[in-house]
Amino acid sequence: SGYNFEIIVIDDGSPDGTQEVAEQLVKIYGSDKIVMMEIISILFSLGTAYIHGMKHATGNFIVIMDADLSHHVRLYFIKQKEGNFDIVSGTRYKGNGGVYGWDLKRKLISRGANFLTQVLLRPGASDLTGSFRLYKKEVLQKLMEKCVSKGYVFQMEMIVRARQLGYTIGEVPISFVDRVYGESKLGGNEIVSFLKGLLTLFATT
Amino acid sequence: MTKLGQWLWGLALLGSAWAALALGPLGPRVPPPCRQVLLPLPVYLLVAFGCYSLATVGYRLATFNDCEEAAAELQEHIGAARADLRRRGLRF
Repeated sequence: SGYNFEIIVIDDGSPDGTQEVAEQLVKIYGSDKIVMMEIISILFSLGTAYIHGMKHATGNFIVIMDADLSHHVRLYFIKQKEGNFDIVSGTRYKGNGGVYGWDLKRKLISRGANFLTQVLLRPGASDLTGSFRLYKKEVLQKLMEKCVSKGYVFQMEMIVRARQLGYTIGEVPISFVDRVYGESKLGGNEIVSFLKGLLTLFATT
Repeated sequence: MTKLGQWLWGLALLGSAWAALALGPLGPRVPPPCRQVLLPLPVYLLVAFGCYSLATVGYRLATFNDCEEAAAELQEHIGAARADLRRRGLRF
């Protein structure tokens, strides 16, 4: 593709076979391209993964993505160059972005939650819980220092804080093809914890 | 200021303006028809916002794209990647 890249695989020690596959990939592509990291801790979380991953990243840009989705990384770089954005975020809600395999109920919850988020937080980005983002390395480092939430609320907080710090955010439509290899849950618990997170951000940022 | 702070501030500002005009002190100087409208204004605005919310979410729900081709393309990519990796020696 013409880009210099490295992939950092962070394994939380769960027995899902990630480690074996990653080790084989290292043999195939070389250890400069695939960097393996293992974190075994009881409090493993998204944030921990970011922190450790970042310490070992050597590039100028960091792309963070869920491993079970499909996106075209190239598009993100094109967008970034367009406006020299500090962050490029994937959005399901604009342009030809969208989802696959979602029933009406799930779409309604998603749109409703997003509407609430927009009204309360006015974040300047259309999709806050997105799972595919490109950051400039320094920007990600700065944001990591400032963000305190856990889980996906942390993703939302990153964008809100980025806006506060004056960083520019570009958006790219993404197609969210849900969990090719597993089921994604959106039950009452998730909704409650989302609302709690949203209200926390509302009150603290 | 936090978002909550902004909201509270805004509400306090608008609230006191409304209270001053609709409820009391400036009473005699506000013509009756205006007062009739002012008094229920907060409720009107709330209802209007409620309708706007429903309409917006409804519209967005209806225009939420379904990406059939992206899903198909993803399956293709996965297949191609598997084949390629298998060729290079990866055992699943």
